[in-house]
Amino acid sequence: MNAQLKWKFVLILLVLLVCIFGVIGLPNPPTSLSQLKNNLANRIQLGLDLKGGSHLVLQVQLEEAIAQHCDETVDELKNQLRAKNIGVGEIREIDDTHILVRDVESTSAGAFRDLVNSQFTDWTMAAAAGETSGYELTMKPSVIADIRQTTMNQTLETITRRINALGLTEPTIAFTGRGDDEILVQLPGVGDPTAAKEVIRAGGQLQLVRVADGPFTSEPEALAKYGGVLPAGTVLVPGRAESAEPGQTSGTVYYVLDKAPIVTGQDLRNADASPSTDNPGFYEVNFKLSTAAAGRFGTFTEQQAAIGGRMAVVLDRQVYEAAVIKSRIEDSGRITGSFSQESAQNLALVLRAGALPASIKYLEERTVGPSLGADSIREGVRASIGSMIVVMIFLVIYYRLSGVNAVVALILNLVILVAFMAYAGAVLTLPGIAGVILTIGMGVDSNVLVFERIREELRNGKVAAPAVDTGFDRAFLTIIDTHVTTVVSAIFLFLFGTGPVRGFAVTLVIGLIANIFTSIYVSRAIFDYHLSKMDRQAQLSI
Amino acid sequence: MELFRGVNINWMGKAKYFVALSLFLLIVGWASIYRTVVVKHGTLYGIDFRGGTLVYVRFAGPPPIDQLRKGLEQAGLANSTIQGISDTQNVASKNDVVIGLEQTQSDESLDAGKQKILDVLRATFGGGASAKPDFNSVTPPDLAADLTRKDPLLLGTNAGDRYTQLASRLTAARDSDHGGIVTSFDQLKNVDGVTPSVVSSLSNDYSLSNFAIRDADIVGPRVGSQLRRQAVLATLYALGGMLVYIALRFEWVYGAAAVIAVFHDVLITLGFFSLFHYEISLTVIAALLTLVGYSMNDTIVIFDRVRENLRLMKREPYPEIVNKSINQTLSRTILTSGLTFLTVLVLYLTGGEVLRAFSFAMVIGVMVGTYSSFGIAAPIVVAWNKYYGGKGTTVRAGSAADKRVVAAARR
Repeated sequence: MNAQLKWKFVLILLVLLVCIFGVIGLPNPPTSLSQLKNNLANRIQLGLDLKGGSHLVLQVQLEEAIAQHCDETVDELKNQLRAKNIGVGEIREIDDTHILVRDVESTSAGAFRDLVNSQFTDWTMAAAAGETSGYELTMKPSVIADIRQTTMNQTLETITRRINALGLTEPTIAFTGRGDDEILVQLPGVGDPTAAKEVIRAGGQLQLVRVADGPFTSEPEALAKYGGVLPAGTVLVPGRAESAEPGQTSGTVYYVLDKAPIVTGQDLRNADASPSTDNPGFYEVNFKLSTAAAGRFGTFTEQQAAIGGRMAVVLDRQVYEAAVIKSRIEDSGRITGSFSQESAQNLALVLRAGALPASIKYLEERTVGPSLGADSIREGVRASIGSMIVVMIFLVIYYRLSGVNAVVALILNLVILVAFMAYAGAVLTLPGIAGVILTIGMGVDSNVLVFERIREELRNGKVAAPAVDTGFDRAFLTIIDTHVTTVVSAIFLFLFGTGPVRGFAVTLVIGLIANIFTSIYVSRAIFDYHLSKMDRQAQLSI
Repeated sequence: MELFRGVNINWMGKAKYFVALSLFLLIVGWASIYRTVVVKHGTLYGIDFRGGTLVYVRFAGPPPIDQLRKGLEQAGLANSTIQGISDTQNVASKNDVVIGLEQTQSDESLDAGKQKILDVLRATFGGGASAKPDFNSVTPPDLAADLTRKDPLLLGTNAGDRYTQLASRLTAARDSDHGGIVTSFDQLKNVDGVTPSVVSSLSNDYSLSNFAIRDADIVGPRVGSQLRRQAVLATLYALGGMLVYIALRFEWVYGAAAVIAVFHDVLITLGFFSLFHYEISLTVIAALLTLVGYSMNDTIVIFDRVRENLRLMKREPYPEIVNKSINQTLSRTILTSGLTFLTVLVLYLTGGEVLRAFSFAMVIGVMVGTYSSFGIAAPIVVAWNKYYGGKGTTVRAGSAADKRVVAAARR
């Protein structure tokens, strides 16, 4: 064996060792078949379709965050104008990103423009069409993009905190899709995602607000009292009516509440669930406030207690409790309602993890039961091994010793593929198994191409060594062309495809690269070794 | 062993028969698609692309379809479809049923339909409103927590992770050995580490429903249309990428011919899908792309040989060269196609329900893809060549790789 060939085998052996290590792990080499299976199972990450679990795609309602910024701006603008004594006719939101200010007093038009230019830099100002002294404020595109980005990041973080608090194993939470507003949540092993979905979706926006008036039995009734327009700085919020029977709801009532809350969910230090003292059999959620908020809250409750004021606990724009403040409350509060133990614990969890900046909507939900995943693996692996064996037997019968060579190349190809997937942490999915099968097919094709070419050369009268040489040389170009074409298409699949299609593309690309190595480099080395051992004029077993 | 030696078939002379066959297959297949989509207002799309709800249920015995339908109708799901699965390889799967629900346009939450179906199943076939949880749907962590609490092995504080392991062995036995449905707790007696006290603890705490949810998919309208667009885009980009690559390596007419041929394969396979009532899902898209790659592979092997022969046989007419190239590679074509066909056939027969549509696409695709290489792609190149005169399609020699071929050929 010449030196060059020796180095080739050293390299091949090295690749093989690295791969075997990747597949089974070296420090603890397996001693039994079941241990080998275990090691393999630990090394190869399975997709949800194979191991079972829940797959959720949700959409963040980004317009809400943008609309909220617009609301806040209008409030802030009104405050500033009042403080600076600038008179305007009307301030109105045209839509989520446009504000119309009408009839600015001509004497303070300059002051108005200065105020907007200096304090409201998120907006561009222009004279409103069809108005004599009106201005239209437009939210800057960069600000909109910024809000979208922050909202997405915050949502992802919040959902991650919530899911981690649920204690599920190896969840995946990531941005997904092309719409920039979708988040993918994968929960392996979760057969029924209902509970997790509720926790993810809960808004978790807690507010403690002063009650201005109410309850009213309907919206028109409340509006009628104020002549159709609510007092400035207040909103109408629905809540559940207190009924004689604890825990039973009897319709919806409406409260007139201050718009600005005294305390929000961000002021919470902790929240937990405990059995209700008033409603036996039900649970309630207790929360503690941070020091800063506690001071504020203490002052407020003391003032209100003196005048018999009321306070409401508002969660996700719904009044859970409205009660008269009897004395100064420092740093704790509770949310009562007909909570079961589980729902109270989940609410406490959501409050601890923080509120979502915008609400979410589910777009897709897939649940794969564990038995189906187990079946798919078994059937997929059985089909792959079955077809491998059939193909290998055929190759050996048809090409004799050279067929054995092809079988070695094919097995090595598979080992490299599995090892690479283990190293790269690639996820094996059901279409991925299909990709493995296609890889086997392409591997067979490469070997057949080479062998057929060698046979042709032999028929044309060449002896073994030059025939092998020419055969590999000529087949090389074809193999490269076919492989590159398939890799090109697989890359496009990966870039533009979704979940399962991507899993397919990944296994395919890895398999094809391994295939070029095994069917050209390794197979050639084995041929060369064989040729170096045999007589120059001897027949090649092909 | 050697088959197909010294074949000499005039492929280009038979081109018109191949084209006729293709037209026939295209017309039959697309007439079927027309019938499904236009006449019957149906769809070829599976749930991935059209949106909707699909719940895949396994029953312990033969599925009580009538009872199920009645239950669904009472729950206001009269428009749901119930479909049995007949998988000859997997005995347990003859008890499987797929309940489908079209997407509703109302403002209900996404999973309203699924919840209704689950409620019907629980009410009709579960333990009713009994408080005991169902063992057939318990997850390993829940089961482990329950076992730790009950401590049937009296391990006390020494339990460690033994109950966690026991729980995963129990659920594995349920899912792998009993196809997801345990009908009697005695079936768990032989699981490693299970004692009679574990069995009695389980039978005290759990009920056994005679059904199990194997799979539940809900796809919203936005995702459906998005996936559809993405699948089409991915395929078109992939085809475009291949066209460019082949055009660079050969000539643009070869690229165009190859892409037309694989496009033809996809169209014919889609026709077969409609004829045999398979639905197009994301996995099927993966299969279509596989066959695109496969058919392309086949075509390139022939074109490679044409390119090589063009240099060797300067005097022969172009169709003759193409014929020779096909004949020279025929042995390889039949071997590879035959083996690939065998592989996907094994997959089709034993790969299980989930891979059924995928492997069906491949079985059809391998046949059509093989034949389109010499029946469609090669004749297109020949026709173009004839129309634009002589042996005009000489390949630019220039790249290093091409020179190597020339050098190798002269050796």
